Amino acid sequence: MGFIHTWLPYILAGIAVGGQYALIAIGYTMVYGILRLINFAHGDVFMWSGLIMVYLITILPLWASVILVILFAIVLGTTIEKVAYRPLRSAPRMSIMISAIGVSYLLQNFALYITGGLTKTYPTIAWLQKTVQIGSATTKMVTVITPILTIVLVFLLVMLIKHTKIGMAMRAVSRDFETSSLMGIDINRVITVTFVIGCGLAAIGSVLYFSNYTGIQPMSGAMPGLKAFVAAVFGGIGSVPGAVVGAFIIGVCENIIKGTGWTTFSDAFTFVLLIVILMVKPTGLFGEKNIDKV
Amino acid sequence: MLAIRDLNVHYGGIHALRGINIDVPDGKIISLIGANGAGKSTTLKSIMGLVPKTDGHVYWDDTEITSFKTKDIVGEGIILCPEGRRIFPDLTVDENIAAGAYLRKDKAEIARDRDWVYELFPRIAERTWQLGATLSGGEQQMLAVARALMSKPKLLMLDEPSLGLAPLVIKDIFAVIQKIKADGVNILLIEQNAKAALDISDYAYVLETGVITMAGPGKALLGDERVQAAYLGE
Repeated sequence: MGFIHTWLPYILAGIAVGGQYALIAIGYTMVYGILRLINFAHGDVFMWSGLIMVYLITILPLWASVILVILFAIVLGTTIEKVAYRPLRSAPRMSIMISAIGVSYLLQNFALYITGGLTKTYPTIAWLQKTVQIGSATTKMVTVITPILTIVLVFLLVMLIKHTKIGMAMRAVSRDFETSSLMGIDINRVITVTFVIGCGLAAIGSVLYFSNYTGIQPMSGAMPGLKAFVAAVFGGIGSVPGAVVGAFIIGVCENIIKGTGWTTFSDAFTFVLLIVILMVKPTGLFGEKNIDKV
Repeated sequence: MLAIRDLNVHYGGIHALRGINIDVPDGKIISLIGANGAGKSTTLKSIMGLVPKTDGHVYWDDTEITSFKTKDIVGEGIILCPEGRRIFPDLTVDENIAAGAYLRKDKAEIARDRDWVYELFPRIAERTWQLGATLSGGEQQMLAVARALMSKPKLLMLDEPSLGLAPLVIKDIFAVIQKIKADGVNILLIEQNAKAALDISDYAYVLETGVITMAGPGKALLGDERVQAAYLGE
């Protein structure tokens, strides 16, 4: 019992952070699955969702702000795809990746311009900050809500991918653009839907993630974005369940490391993990064996 | 009826099609034969809008479809069953079939056509829950044709349906092609297996490095000395 008593708070916090990483990681893994592109701007869309929340909450009620934040992320993400990725679709893959890095810097620097480099105070969402008792641990509502919401959303997403027409189209397009379009599938629409889902989930993740922190600044998306990316690689990039499992594992491990007093090394752990995976099992836990298109 | 007029295509820096004219009248099987690299696949891909046309026109009945998007061409009732089968490997047989009916909304008729294609190809009807990747080459080709038929095409274009298949399977596939024609679907067939293609064709074109060098009824070309020498190995 003593063991659980000591570690339960860290494990709970880890599961919560893992859920937040998962909501970001899905965007990375789905976009990779279809475009074979690592969308480096994804973490910055996440950051911008947080930043917009700061401004919206001053004029709108909470529920309206959250809805608008989600819509904002969706519009931002799909616009990035249309403007920066679509024209390069038949270009060498390196070009589109460089374009993604460019968009990432653009978003960060635009945020720097808007905020003047000052840390903005993220609004306190009272309901998420409520104290809850779980077993021997006292924690906040957000810690309980995050994993539940994540699991529900992932379940809905997997159902969408497996059992709907657009889901089937996504699976078809992820394997073969040309044949998919020969079936009459509108490739651009499928890609747009992918960005809508990825950015919408990242926006939800941003509300949960930033409510744990007091401030937000232009670089706030970089670290969670990178960790979500590692989670996607760890799970096998292209696989939605893989990204979610990877995110939860990384979240829990990080927090257990913090619990042992090695807090300084908790970020390093994630990146060591990335290096080890790439060396030992580059396809990740649930990755496709044959990552290159035939 | 499909009419191709003076079609020119540049593909990878090569002038791949140099002003070709092809007619696919209703109720006929038309085939296009020629060596590797003659531009057969390019012709079909450019009809479907997958390869940009430099010049020329494509008419479908009274509509000019030259600059239509691929999905709109499919919507017009033209479908290409691509070379190498191109089955979706991680979709089940049933999902591959459903993908062929992607643009259709008439659920009852889709269900009826699904039964019809499974009747045409009983071998894949036994495997509806298997993943596309697990089928044999012949079964994949059957699935590819079945998938194309699910779009309820008025014109079915087949790119090398016999490639890499055992003679018995080829016979099956060609028998089905004739059955489909009898059901009122127009067919444009590309084949390296010139004998099999000419046997069932009402009319055929010979394509050589982007130019049509000969044309005539299938049986007439079968008897033509030049065709025999170049494509029939006699």
